[in-house]
Amino acid sequence: MDIKLKSVGEIQVVELDGDIDASTAPDVTKFVSELVKPHIRLLLDMTKVPYMSSAGLRTLLSLYRQITTKEGKLVLVGLSEGLIDTMSVTGFLDFFITTLSQEEGLAALA
Amino acid sequence: MERIDIHPTHSYESFKLRLGRPQPFGATIVPGGVNFSIFSSHATSCSLVLFEKHAKSPLAEIPFPDEFRIGNVYCMVVFDLDYENLEYGYRMDGPNNFQQGHWFDPSKILLDPYAKIIGGRDVWGVSPDWEDIYHHRGRIAFDDFDWGSDRPLEIPPEDQIIYEMHVRSFTRHESSGIKENHRGTFAGIRDKIPYLKELGVNAVELMPVYEFDEFENSRPNPQTGETLYNYWGYSTVGFFAPKAGYAATGKFGMQVDELKNLVKELHKHGIEVILDVVFNHTAEGNERGPTISFRGIDNKTYYMMTPEGYYFNFSGCGNTINCNNPIVRNIVLDCLRYWAAEYHIDGFRFDLASILGRDPWGYPLANPPLLESLAFDPILAKCKLIAEAWDAGGLYQVGSFPAYGRWAEWNGKYRDNIRKFLKGDGKVGEIAQCLQGSPDLYAWAGRAPATSINFITAHDGFTLMDLVSYNHKHNEANGENNNDGSNDNDSWNCGWEGETDDAAINALRRRQIKNAIAMLMISQGVPMLLMGDEVGRTQNGNNNTYCHDNELSWLDWHLQTKNPDILEFVKHCIAFRKSHPVLRNPNHFRNQDYMGSGYADITWHGTKAWNANWSEENQAIAFMLCGKHAKGGTVEDNYIYAALNMHWQTQWFELPALPQSLRWHVFANTGAILPSSYLPGTEPMLDNQSGLLVGDRSVVILVGK
Repeated sequence: MDIKLKSVGEIQVVELDGDIDASTAPDVTKFVSELVKPHIRLLLDMTKVPYMSSAGLRTLLSLYRQITTKEGKLVLVGLSEGLIDTMSVTGFLDFFITTLSQEEGLAALA
Repeated sequence: MERIDIHPTHSYESFKLRLGRPQPFGATIVPGGVNFSIFSSHATSCSLVLFEKHAKSPLAEIPFPDEFRIGNVYCMVVFDLDYENLEYGYRMDGPNNFQQGHWFDPSKILLDPYAKIIGGRDVWGVSPDWEDIYHHRGRIAFDDFDWGSDRPLEIPPEDQIIYEMHVRSFTRHESSGIKENHRGTFAGIRDKIPYLKELGVNAVELMPVYEFDEFENSRPNPQTGETLYNYWGYSTVGFFAPKAGYAATGKFGMQVDELKNLVKELHKHGIEVILDVVFNHTAEGNERGPTISFRGIDNKTYYMMTPEGYYFNFSGCGNTINCNNPIVRNIVLDCLRYWAAEYHIDGFRFDLASILGRDPWGYPLANPPLLESLAFDPILAKCKLIAEAWDAGGLYQVGSFPAYGRWAEWNGKYRDNIRKFLKGDGKVGEIAQCLQGSPDLYAWAGRAPATSINFITAHDGFTLMDLVSYNHKHNEANGENNNDGSNDNDSWNCGWEGETDDAAINALRRRQIKNAIAMLMISQGVPMLLMGDEVGRTQNGNNNTYCHDNELSWLDWHLQTKNPDILEFVKHCIAFRKSHPVLRNPNHFRNQDYMGSGYADITWHGTKAWNANWSEENQAIAFMLCGKHAKGGTVEDNYIYAALNMHWQTQWFELPALPQSLRWHVFANTGAILPSSYLPGTEPMLDNQSGLLVGDRSVVILVGK
């Protein structure tokens, strides 16, 4: 798992590269949790995440809870079609704003 | 402050361990590790066997140190496990003596009876590796679904309208039009919620969804060579795990979330979820069956054994769970509590429930502890408990199932009597009972009308279309020389066995289907509709399709366009029932005018008003419900009159006069040229208010408003 951070104005953009499963999820959690502060606007770009396991989805939901508690906003970008389907049938998708591209994601957070 | 129990005290090879907690049983995620706990009263030793997901041979076997056994429970925490990528089982040693009923065999790896996810049959119908040393593999579940504000709906029992369905059959057919990977799954049901809503049902009863093995006793069809499966799944492998092969995400091990999400979505749309649960036997079968779990863990505790060491077979499926043993009682209770609390399940239908009232030697108990425990359990307190009140050992308890004020029953007598009346056998006295929620069975015991789950068809037996198209079962495709399935169908083919081009016969069949639906939906009690009956689904006369994963079982969605009149009639009847509380009384009729309306709550009529003919051979009866007495007089409703003419001739029915300001309107007339029903609220007024012709084998329902 490769994690990159950049800022676009007030928005933090985190780009993930690799599968998110039980072994890599803690790294993602640790990295993002350290960014979370009140009113954070966070874009998680997952264009390069081919697979996310159940533990990965739980990590995302847990981050979402952390961020909304701090009145922040989270957008997921570039989820694969298969991942969208898995998230939809298991109920995870309902919690997130998702967009296809970083541009749309930034617009959703603006 | 940091807890001290997150630190290991023992180690075995590279694994860090400490004494676990005996409760809860099963594998539970705890800080730093997983707590494993399993009961056996006769084992002499136990090891935890760990696999990497899908691996052929174990990753490790960790024997429970002596000090990790508390009473008869082995419990241990193993730290630092990659539990998402893990499968586990147990190996137990102990006595092996057929006559004494002990079947310990340390060469077997055993499934945890409390496993919350079971791998091994992850995708439906994918042939297993028969050489695998461990077929049904326990996995570790996340119990952290985000339910938001969901909770079970607690719909009053008398207001329920149940739809009995098979998860795979509902959407497996390509005509379902949903995404290919959703067909035949929990996700597929979610995709079809709009259909269920439009139909109007407010509860789905899912045929078994606990993990089972579709390959149990699988074999080629002698006629076609096609594989015959254990398709219905009335043969449980694990009572705490959802069937992986029913989940679109089963291949990712996410069946728990997918089923929970389905429940949540159904609830969002006002639909309850009832599970058909099979606690009478397991997939381990008889003496020749496989050792999967219970048999190798504590055979003598879990099963009813003869003094010679054989399995009692009250289930007709090889073995019988020893339900009134205190240990077994607890696992049943734990299981139902788990489904009620973790999955927000609204109710349970117990397959062959009479077995649950037998003692360890098979004798029926007057006061069965298991049934009593379930009835009074605080966690299950709002769940519907529905008994299939008979078993394969000859116990038949419709009307006498030990109820404790809680248990409802599949009313087999309702089914039989309505079927007989429908084909012209008369017995209007019995029919009057059926229409009233079977007070003859339940009122004397203080049991409400909703005790009676009314059904004419269910998964066992003919579909409604086949009930009016076949005199005899045609089960040749099951490969048992037509010997399986019930011979007592009380069916009538309307003049030709099976499909026909004869327009008159087909018209009569449609009418008979509508007659049946009409009677079901105007009866007090709880109506249950079989999946597909609303569109005239056929199984080609097969009344036992337990083994068919094919078009015989699957719902063909094209039937909606083939039989739109049946579908519309069913929708109207359901809507009619929902708009008229007088059809959904919580208490039995008193046959009195206790509201001062000038009419008793229910009155009986015949071809002459106020004059029912109760003779045994009579084939026509009519009744009127007084709207002032709806729900015991607590709400106001219209008057309802229904004439059921199952005679082969048209008859004139004189109508009872309504209070002056009211007029009779026609909601349904199955004998009329289409439409045979109207959307409630749009019923046209009847021209002649004093009487009407009711066609041969027809039902007329009027609403007085």
